[in-house]
Amino acid sequence: MKNFISKFSSHLILILISILSIFPFIWLISTSLKGAGENIFAYPPVLIPKDITFDNYIGVWKRVNLLGYFLNSTIVAAGTVLLNLILSSLAAYPLARMEFRGKKITFFAILATIMIPFQAIMLPVYLITIKLHLIDSVNNIAGYTGLIMPFAVSAFGIFLMRQAFLGIPKEMEEAAIIDGCNAFQVFWRVLLPMVKPSLAVLAIFTFIGSWGEFLWPSIVLTKESLYTLPVGVNNLQGMFSANWRYIAAGSIISIIPIIVFFLAMQRYFISGENEGAVKG
Amino acid sequence: MQKSTPYLFLLPAGIVLIIFFFIPFFHTIILSFQDYSNSIYHASFAGLENYVELLKNPIFYKVLLNTFIYLIVAVPILAIVPLFLAILLNQKLRGITLYKILIYLPVIVSIVVAAIAFKWLYADQGILNYLVTSIGLNSIGWLTDPKWALYSVIIVTIWKGIGYYMMIYLAALMSVPKELYEACDIDGANFLTKHLTVTIPHIMPTIALVVTISSISAMKVFAEIYVMTKGGPLDSSKTIVYYIYERAFENLDLGYASAMAVVLLLIVMVFSLINIFCFERNKYQL
Repeated sequence: MKNFISKFSSHLILILISILSIFPFIWLISTSLKGAGENIFAYPPVLIPKDITFDNYIGVWKRVNLLGYFLNSTIVAAGTVLLNLILSSLAAYPLARMEFRGKKITFFAILATIMIPFQAIMLPVYLITIKLHLIDSVNNIAGYTGLIMPFAVSAFGIFLMRQAFLGIPKEMEEAAIIDGCNAFQVFWRVLLPMVKPSLAVLAIFTFIGSWGEFLWPSIVLTKESLYTLPVGVNNLQGMFSANWRYIAAGSIISIIPIIVFFLAMQRYFISGENEGAVKG
Repeated sequence: MQKSTPYLFLLPAGIVLIIFFFIPFFHTIILSFQDYSNSIYHASFAGLENYVELLKNPIFYKVLLNTFIYLIVAVPILAIVPLFLAILLNQKLRGITLYKILIYLPVIVSIVVAAIAFKWLYADQGILNYLVTSIGLNSIGWLTDPKWALYSVIIVTIWKGIGYYMMIYLAALMSVPKELYEACDIDGANFLTKHLTVTIPHIMPTIALVVTISSISAMKVFAEIYVMTKGGPLDSSKTIVYYIYERAFENLDLGYASAMAVVLLLIVMVFSLINIFCFERNKYQL
């Protein structure tokens, strides 16, 4: 009996928190499905629309380049992920496996970047990005590059990969070296395939971070055609000032891709086994 | 192995970190000693002028206070509630995966959409004010009343962080030896004693980790404020990062914004140092 009560109350609390977690989205969906004839400010509020309509979705899709924002976000996230995988694992390898002059300093320099929040240095980063002509007013490629480069590598990724390399037995490399592989071949053919799980974790968390990034793109972007989803969605507020039906519909469309991604990759997020992958 | 090999491996990441981290870091410090107030193209050496001005500006203290409120409200809640939820999820229950997915959902959805969703809940004639008035209270200007705006924004940050810290705790709970709980059950300990005597002491390092991580991220909030209040009304919801953004990119006051950025750097560094050397030694294998 005691067990039953404790399970029952656990469920009760978890159901309540689950509802609180998704209610803001549910309410947004509800608003987005209400037609022009229905009062979205009705008292008492109506959760299930009287006549469900997709007009707001069609309207916002026609008037806002949501597909373009989606493609921009995809390009930026893909580029950021790819560079992080390559640069982090390249840098992690010597830190895990080689002895060289300046190793300690390099190690602590990388560690120090963890303590530097992007928000504190964003102004000079912006000035440098302009100096390097990595901005959308030059051309689209430059615009994308400017969105990607400040996040192309992170200490988080380097340390994650370093830990993965440290976990591989040394004999694996020694065997490869005896077989005549050079350092790069050892890295590429022997070590990288063995750290695929860590690469996957790094890819997924970098992807989520890049996909949701708002501050940097809202600083550098000048052209609407290069807007990423968060910037574009924020912009809906200005475009449809009081039209909450459209704002809601646009917001909901914008989160569909990431929710699909999350559900497909859920084991990486909620298995609780990726303690080391937690990003600070 | 050639002597140059390790450096070649480090080179690509090194170039990016130098250009986009180290140069901007030192540049921020240099900028904070320069005066751009006459023209953004001609800097003159200003000595400590920007810092003196900062100390004379009442908004600076307002912004620090707001950030401090952010910390003392958000951090304890983010340290305790997710732990409680993780404990509930760390038992054999039906629907565990579904609960985890739903509670984690706010974490992966863009903060911009989260802020928009809450703005809609907070609308003057919105659903929250319906609840408030239906129990007989006056409706609240969630985002328009200087008394409330900051707390309304903090709620969004908390709501978005719960699932994230819950998963950190869940990972830590897996390492608590099951025998200890069994011993408690034999002794007939209740829920509270069980977790106060076994769980909490065992995962104390994780609790400390969550406190420092959530403090650091509370000091870096930007998007919630930008989307919901723009720091208003009357600077009531303005925090450090938003203020830096405003002075740098709207007022083009590069020196002043950089002095503010140096303040942020110093505060975050203290927390990061504690974090790295006390709680994350394993992660970096120091």
